[in-house]
Amino acid sequence: MAVAAVRKYEFAPKDTADKFPAPLLYVGWEDHLMFCAPFCVPFPPTLKFGDMCRGAFPGIFGAHPDFAKIDWDKAEWFKSGQPWKPDHDKSLADNGLGHKDLLRFRTPGLTGLQGSCS
Amino acid sequence: MDMKVSKKLGLKDRYNLMTRDLEWTPTYQAVKDVYPDMAYEGIKIHDWSKFEDPFRLTMDAYWKYQAEKERKLYAIIDAFNQNNGHLGLTDARYINALKLFLTGVSPLEYMAHRGFAHVGRQFPGAGPRVACLMQSLDEIRHSQTQIHSLSNYNKFYNGFQNWRHQHDRVWYLSVPKSFFDDAISSGPFEYMVAIGFAFEYVLTNLLFVPFISGAAYNGDMGAMAFGFSAQSDESRHMTLGLEMIKFILEQDPDNLPIVQRWIDKWFWRGYRVLTLVAMMMDYMLPKRVMSWKEAWEVYAEENGGALFADLARYGITVPKGWEQACKDKDHLSHQAWAVFYNYGAAAPFHTWAPSEKDMEWLSAKYPDTFDKYYRPRYEHWAKEAKEGRRFYNGTLPMLCQTCQIPMFFTEPDDPTKIAYRESSYHGMKYHFCSDGCKDIFDFEPEKYVQAWLPVHQIYQGNCFTPEADPSAPDFNPLAEVLKWYRIEMGRDNLDYEGSQDQKNFNAWREAATGN
Repeated sequence: MAVAAVRKYEFAPKDTADKFPAPLLYVGWEDHLMFCAPFCVPFPPTLKFGDMCRGAFPGIFGAHPDFAKIDWDKAEWFKSGQPWKPDHDKSLADNGLGHKDLLRFRTPGLTGLQGSCS
Repeated sequence: MDMKVSKKLGLKDRYNLMTRDLEWTPTYQAVKDVYPDMAYEGIKIHDWSKFEDPFRLTMDAYWKYQAEKERKLYAIIDAFNQNNGHLGLTDARYINALKLFLTGVSPLEYMAHRGFAHVGRQFPGAGPRVACLMQSLDEIRHSQTQIHSLSNYNKFYNGFQNWRHQHDRVWYLSVPKSFFDDAISSGPFEYMVAIGFAFEYVLTNLLFVPFISGAAYNGDMGAMAFGFSAQSDESRHMTLGLEMIKFILEQDPDNLPIVQRWIDKWFWRGYRVLTLVAMMMDYMLPKRVMSWKEAWEVYAEENGGALFADLARYGITVPKGWEQACKDKDHLSHQAWAVFYNYGAAAPFHTWAPSEKDMEWLSAKYPDTFDKYYRPRYEHWAKEAKEGRRFYNGTLPMLCQTCQIPMFFTEPDDPTKIAYRESSYHGMKYHFCSDGCKDIFDFEPEKYVQAWLPVHQIYQGNCFTPEADPSAPDFNPLAEVLKWYRIEMGRDNLDYEGSQDQKNFNAWREAATGN
């Protein structure tokens, strides 16, 4: 339904892709809630998926003791909650990732600090 | 000759003369032109004279009461300040709860003042108009007394100096700010349901009682005094909120679905803001009053339950998010404090990992959840900090489009899974922390696509000072954002352990209590 308003109510959305240096990608690591929330990062669309995991993620998730144990070939991915398979050799754009897409990854066998999903 | 003494007016007559009698029907202008905002929200009012003001307070009596309260309040504040009352606090950690209050709550009091002045002007009925005028004056008094009594802490402790500047900029303050901006940009009836009813009636006890009892338990006479001074006003506000709801519902059956939707929306929005109170109660008070869970059970489940049982007569049902809020009570504070521990470099107050003794208390109060889900997190951080690696999260979090809180809330039935909700509007994706926030967006997407989300604004380059040069090779975006926030790195933020506040408090207290 439309906003109840005294006159025409039309405003531009605040967060269109053109306003950012790169499209925003949201990324969450399942079962590792020591990182209190998923992250929001502008990644260049030309960045290879594998380079994001191996190059950029250490700076984001590296503080967790489980991070060093991740086998990226075994990681399970979800896009907007649905199972999804990335191609690590292709760029983010060629993997079909766009502005404000949401990825979550699960690392089987790794369940956080003392198995608490922290 | 006998002196003729005129009879003193009774309360009812005085009220009628000084309130209802101030009303007249305009003849030069149409009523709808004088009160132009009365129709567009779809609420139908047939007879404004049916509004009952149970307090029947008139302006002359109002001034008298308020002046008396002010005199008492300032006497206590002066005594507290002159006796260096701050050195009698349980611990300087407590002062961080006051920083949270001043940056997050006092600006809302001021906005409430503006809001009630605005809607008071809009209502054609003299009864609610005068009640709104008084509430508007109360609210500005509350924000002033809070600023006054907390200003004394600003002389001694860090993090108080830029509260107003920060309210409009700092990431977590966009939560209370956007809450109130949403209300004040609504129509007059929605505002009354949002603030007058959902916030002032349903949730106010969960905001004020914890802060003010927290002040009392931790030796803060200053904050306690403004709390008590506001208390009699609050009961008047609660009554106005409830009377307005009943009045609107009695006026026309078409009003019910609109009011129900507003109650659903504003219960959820208010509840999300209370996240900050939950963590304050369980983690920031050195001497705790009660746990968030206990407060929720007393003030929401018991009192709120009775209220909604009463409103059922009008066809109102419990707010949509109620059940989830009741489930969350075992998790909310632990998850929220973890967020501030993560981002302790970007807030103008200190954070800390709970001590072993704190954790014993948390285990006892939350036997089903603390040890299982949260203790490992806090123990790990404490260990890391001990080894010189205090954990600070350096990457910005994903925020909920509606409440603007980092997406830390877990699924109502699985505390190990973050809750993700999503909508698409005009080809763009929007993300939410809960069904409640998604529903609010889906009903009025045009409103929330404009949200000023702090994380997105930082990435858009809108949160730097004019002197910042993002093209410089050594440009440090997070340090530049702190400058724009006016947070002094290493002084106003970071861990309490080793802070200037901690050192000063301990040194001053030692000087005050020994040689």
